[in-house]
Amino acid sequence: MEVERRLRPEDVVELNPNYHFRWEEPQQAHVLLYPEGIVKLNHTAAAILEACTGAASIADGTAELARRYDKRNLGAEVLTFLEVAHAKGWIRIKS
Amino acid sequence: MPKAGSGLSLDGLGMTLWLVIELTYKCPLKCPWCSNPVDFDRYRNELTTKEWKAVLREGRRLGSLQLGFTGGEPMLRRDLEELVEEADRLGYYTNLITSGVGLNEKRLRALKKAGLKQIQLSIQACDQELNEKLVGLDVFAHKIAIARSIKAEGFPMVLNVPVSRYNIDQTAAFIELAADLGVEYVEFANLQYYNWALLNRSELLPTREQLARSEAEVKAARERLGKRLTIYYVVPDYHDSRPKACMNGWGSIHLTIAPDGTALPCQEARLIEGLEFPNVREHGLDWIWTQSPAFSKFRGDSWMKEPCRSCSEKEKDFGGCRCQAYLMTGDAANTDPVCAKSPHRPLIDALISGAETHRDQMPLIMREGGYPRRMGTR
Repeated sequence: MEVERRLRPEDVVELNPNYHFRWEEPQQAHVLLYPEGIVKLNHTAAAILEACTGAASIADGTAELARRYDKRNLGAEVLTFLEVAHAKGWIRIKS
Repeated sequence: MPKAGSGLSLDGLGMTLWLVIELTYKCPLKCPWCSNPVDFDRYRNELTTKEWKAVLREGRRLGSLQLGFTGGEPMLRRDLEELVEEADRLGYYTNLITSGVGLNEKRLRALKKAGLKQIQLSIQACDQELNEKLVGLDVFAHKIAIARSIKAEGFPMVLNVPVSRYNIDQTAAFIELAADLGVEYVEFANLQYYNWALLNRSELLPTREQLARSEAEVKAARERLGKRLTIYYVVPDYHDSRPKACMNGWGSIHLTIAPDGTALPCQEARLIEGLEFPNVREHGLDWIWTQSPAFSKFRGDSWMKEPCRSCSEKEKDFGGCRCQAYLMTGDAANTDPVCAKSPHRPLIDALISGAETHRDQMPLIMREGGYPRRMGTR
């Protein structure tokens, strides 16, 4: 198996283009839609995905989350979740 | 689709997350495991474009997210592009499930423009000869060409392999083909034995040895290919001791609309006699889903008999498949006979042993119109 390296704060990540990420009103939740699948995300997961896939780096996205939710030391929590998302193929490293 | 036996449990909050619309039962292929009813040609009163659009609107209001366009062969409907466009506008994730026959580059581009999200293309063998034998038509070269066009148009794609005794030994070759085509997903769907597949069961059921080899090849390929290719493997439920969590439970998240507008909890359910399935021409989808007796019939667990009723796993597998219970035990409320706790399990074991020891040596009954009248005269 190809060895996947771990994510770093300076990485730029993007959503896998085969996944659609959006708010779904009837579920009152963000969902990921992909061939033959649905993932319903909790609030934290959705906030991290939204902030970090649109940011100049994971670190930038994390800083944005820290400002928005007035929290410190989010770095480890964000990276842990993004590692899971990466392993599942929801996101990929852009550069 | 919720994978049979995957253990997936999804709380749809009572919504029809998965909507499957069978646009037509017509199909140029003659696959002897077709999931359509054996008397499919009796249903000729297909919903119109306008009626399908109303279904799409109502489905979205009920919370449907994933939408499968299937058949028969959905490409036979000239209004497919129009329906895809409407579905995309409404916010569905749109999936096309096709044999590839009737699909060409022009229609692919039109479907892309209409907002289609992904395509599932079926392939039955890795060579022309076996493919033609299994589907009754020389379409292998076309399937390969159209697979390449689908990728060239930028669609994510699932290569779907209906697995039987005939093609299971090509597992490694299918994986190689999928990797060569550059598809993201390959799905080995071991046949589930209903309708046409049931008629041909003794000829189609693979042996234990074949299955073990196929599963080992899938495991090795997963390790070798990693994320480059996702391999779904739908386990053959007969060979399991636990029943599949069929459709994530009856009337739980899945709604199928047949070509004539009949609403079903799964694509096979109309084979259960004595249940009257509602039709979208007569009732709104909301009533069908929340109020109709057919959809309520096997919801929850109050309908269960022993051994399901007192089983600790009833919330995990919902007692298995109602259609299979009906077909093999005569009562849709019985435990799925696949379950090791079912008193009917010996029926399944006999079938598995039969696959090892003797063959009926009957020719495959290919999917064609006129059944069962034709069969009666044989």
